[in-house]
Amino acid sequence: MTLLSVERLSVAYGAIKAVREIDLTVAEGEIVAILGANGAGKSSTLNAIVGLIPRVTGSVRFDGQELVGMATERIVQCGITLTPEGRRVFPLLTVEENLRLGGMANRDRRSVNAVRATLLERFPVLAQRRGQPAGTLSGGEQQMLAIARSLMARPRLLLLDEPSLGLAPIYVDRIFELIAELRAEGVTILLVEQNVDRALGIADRGYVLANGRIQFSGAAGEMRTSSGIERAYLGIGAA
Amino acid sequence: MEIALQQIVNAISLGGTYALLALGLAIVYNIMGLINFAHGEIMTLSGYAMFFAVSAGLPLPAVAAAAIVTGMVAAIAMERIAFRPVRGASGVTLLLTSFAVSAILQVSFQNLVSPRPRGVPLPEVFNEMIEVGGLSIGVIQASSIAIVIVLLVLLVVFLRRTTLGISMRAAAQDFTVTRLMGIPANSVVATAFAISGLLAGVAAVLWVAQRGTVDPLMGFTPVLKAFIAAVIGGLGSLTGAAAGGFLLGAIEVLLQAALPSAALPFRDAFALLLVIGVLLVRPQGLLGRRSERA
Repeated sequence: MTLLSVERLSVAYGAIKAVREIDLTVAEGEIVAILGANGAGKSSTLNAIVGLIPRVTGSVRFDGQELVGMATERIVQCGITLTPEGRRVFPLLTVEENLRLGGMANRDRRSVNAVRATLLERFPVLAQRRGQPAGTLSGGEQQMLAIARSLMARPRLLLLDEPSLGLAPIYVDRIFELIAELRAEGVTILLVEQNVDRALGIADRGYVLANGRIQFSGAAGEMRTSSGIERAYLGIGAA
Repeated sequence: MEIALQQIVNAISLGGTYALLALGLAIVYNIMGLINFAHGEIMTLSGYAMFFAVSAGLPLPAVAAAAIVTGMVAAIAMERIAFRPVRGASGVTLLLTSFAVSAILQVSFQNLVSPRPRGVPLPEVFNEMIEVGGLSIGVIQASSIAIVIVLLVLLVVFLRRTTLGISMRAAAQDFTVTRLMGIPANSVVATAFAISGLLAGVAAVLWVAQRGTVDPLMGFTPVLKAFIAAVIGGLGSLTGAAAGGFLLGAIEVLLQAALPSAALPFRDAFALLLVIGVLLVRPQGLLGRRSERA
């Protein structure tokens, strides 16, 4: 069943068109990757889905409901959460307080404590540092916190924007393991990544964006083997 | 010794009022980047609410409640009517909007009430002195110190313990991500204004109790002082704003006592000189963090 369906979505910042009439879908239980070089429009697409960009045209339907024009906080309450690029944890709030705010969008108030307990079990480092300001965590720990904070809302669709960017290799491994675990638990994920190999290794399907347009889409396995696409749009293979 | 202690009491009570106003300015600034120069008019409105409540023969608690409720309602209305349409605009736009609101309200007070001061007679008990450990303190000073301490404690508990308070601190750090938590932007901003209005209402009660009158420009000077206090302490830091308030109160009382009478008219100029000195050494304020907001 299609959970998210984006149709002819365009995003403009003034005269600059960041995203041009893209179509994409995410089915329940899928991991879908959006790939592309810097500035291809990947983050703009995610931000537009959650209503963070004021001037957007086209349609974004989540579980049949139109999201374009809806306030970000309402969209989040519908069951979509975004873990933004660069982690963006609240640095002066404690780990515990960051998680508490993440739980604000959980519509089932009674489950909040249970969800937190599960997450603290899953991320022992966060349990250890519960009372510490989030700004004192390492980059990898902050990324764990940012994802845990999103999961506090028990989202039906999780948007991850560059979760492995700038992390030490050991954390990159941990992030991709985590994404696989989440899928096994039934969380649907739309993933933006620059790490093409890892992303396609875990995703079901992928879209390649360049200059704000979808240049290619298909099953992840197919995309991995067609190196021409990678060379043409992602600038890898040359290195 | 006795006189020194009296002066300390005066400094804390005056500084406490500045601290309440400075906190009100800092809370709003932290959430939406607005320096609300119409904050003084919220205080004046609360003053007029006291005037009308006293004229209607209401008892003291009702007079104080009228001032506080008026401050909160005025602040929320100000946000809804004047500042929400320009939310996210540049700092200059926000600043000019607040000057416009301030000017409109001042002129309204002059035309709708009176350009002259109105007396707000409060019960005699305020003028009495009480003995605390061999020291006689004015009832007004003692109660204002107590009220300021209680309010500061309540504010800290609110910001540390309640979900709404934590949301406010989060919004001051990253407004966009706060919305990504499903927390409505409007309710966070409205809460910031409500708190600033509450603090301005309490400050008005303390101010009017001290002076016994209200006039259209009543809020202007104390809020200007509070702004200076917030800048000394660091506008981005609530602790800094409160500390700056107490510091400015102490500086004023000290200068009042120490300056020769011929120099007294220049008291505020000396106080501002000290402020400039502080800012030359620490441009971000005493407790402010660097580049809080560009």
